Amino acid sequence: MDISSTFAAAFGLIVGLDPQFLQIVGLSLRVTLTAVLLAALIGLPLGALLAVARFPGRSALIVLVNGLMGLPPVVAGLIVFLALSRSGPFGSLGWLFSPTAMVIAQTLLVLPIVIALTRGTIEDLWSEYREHLTSLGLTGWRAIPTLLWDGRFALATGLLAGFGRASAEVGAVLIVGGNIAGYTRTMTTSIALETSKGDLPLALGLGLVLIALTLAINAAAYGASRIGARFAG
Amino acid sequence: MAMRDIASILPLSVQELSFEADGKRLVDDVSFVLPKGGVTAIIGPNGAGKSLTLRLCHGLLKPSAGTIRWQAQNGRHRHAMVFQRPVMLRRSARANIRHALGAVGVADASSRADTALARFGLAALAERPARLMSGGEQQRLAIARAWALEPEVLFLDEPSSQLDPGATRQIEEVIAALAAEGMTILMTTHDLGQARRLSQRILFLNRGRLIDDAPTEIVFAGKASADARAFIAGDLLW
Repeated sequence: MDISSTFAAAFGLIVGLDPQFLQIVGLSLRVTLTAVLLAALIGLPLGALLAVARFPGRSALIVLVNGLMGLPPVVAGLIVFLALSRSGPFGSLGWLFSPTAMVIAQTLLVLPIVIALTRGTIEDLWSEYREHLTSLGLTGWRAIPTLLWDGRFALATGLLAGFGRASAEVGAVLIVGGNIAGYTRTMTTSIALETSKGDLPLALGLGLVLIALTLAINAAAYGASRIGARFAG
Repeated sequence: MAMRDIASILPLSVQELSFEADGKRLVDDVSFVLPKGGVTAIIGPNGAGKSLTLRLCHGLLKPSAGTIRWQAQNGRHRHAMVFQRPVMLRRSARANIRHALGAVGVADASSRADTALARFGLAALAERPARLMSGGEQQRLAIARAWALEPEVLFLDEPSSQLDPGATRQIEEVIAALAAEGMTILMTTHDLGQARRLSQRILFLNRGRLIDDAPTEIVFAGKASADARAFIAGDLLW
């Protein structure tokens, strides 16, 4: 098959709303969005706490979290694999090779990004707001709701960065999901598999969707910062 | 102001107050009493400890030595402070006031916020993002926000140092009006004309020490310390 007919077939899959194709895209989005949501629920308060709290070992923790932003996806996958495998501590749950395992692995990947970016954003805000909030009796964790709300546009950009990392990675979901057709097959694992099998239209179609998604994420991040500048100053 | 039924937090009694940072004594053995009413201006050269003294009184900093004693001890939110650079939350003007009221647990925050906005001529700007307002509007909002808390004492740190003459005049009118309504005001200023126009009493600080505590007209008549006389004369020479 030549390049142009491959492209034509790929577009055919996208425009024709091929059920197998849609199932893969749907699962990818479901896994990644769930992971980002979990990472936000855990990471936003933790990052804010890390920004306002002072305790021994804080600097070391910040360095650790920043370092974990570069955690290789295959290593995150390996850690979750070990934890969920039959002989692992959570083996009895039977989550290995399921979308749940993929969500856990991607949460692990996104969490350091959310914590680190939240910490940076909130620390800047806190230094600006500290005296006013202290004057109102909002110190320590009591300042966090105000800081998270006022940092909402910058924090949205951080969450989108996390979404970008999770949606593009292949190593972690491949290891813990197993790339089972119709069950744990995502866009990235499909592209890897179908390319090696020679089913280029499906791989290319999924690749185009991934690129469109990346563009959409960047547009959303840009929009968030623009809206923030306009409405929050 | 609905505070007649509560015991006053005044007078404020500051005794032998000292504050050190990095081994340097920045406020050194300052004592004064702040009774109810009037505008008291803290003046002095840069680094004299003016702002630090306000922050210590407001409880933002812990004294290294000495005591700050309010007449009534339950008065945490009955003194408020407005900073030199107003801290504006990334919200609308109204939301800035509502946030402060919510933080101290006021129930009818919305109506009190609207009252405060109207009182300081900001009603038309209620929905404007606070950080996009002009410097003078921001300072008025900061004062409105503090006023909404119904404090007995208002600490103002250089309230007009960042403002143009028109906005400065507006802020001075606001301060004079608040004082006329019975609010007790302790402010720092580097603007001697402003101290003279607004205050009845001067605290002159130099290098962390309280050199003069005297009525404003005495200080400006040159009848206080030689240091204060030199400070005022030096300022007039520029």
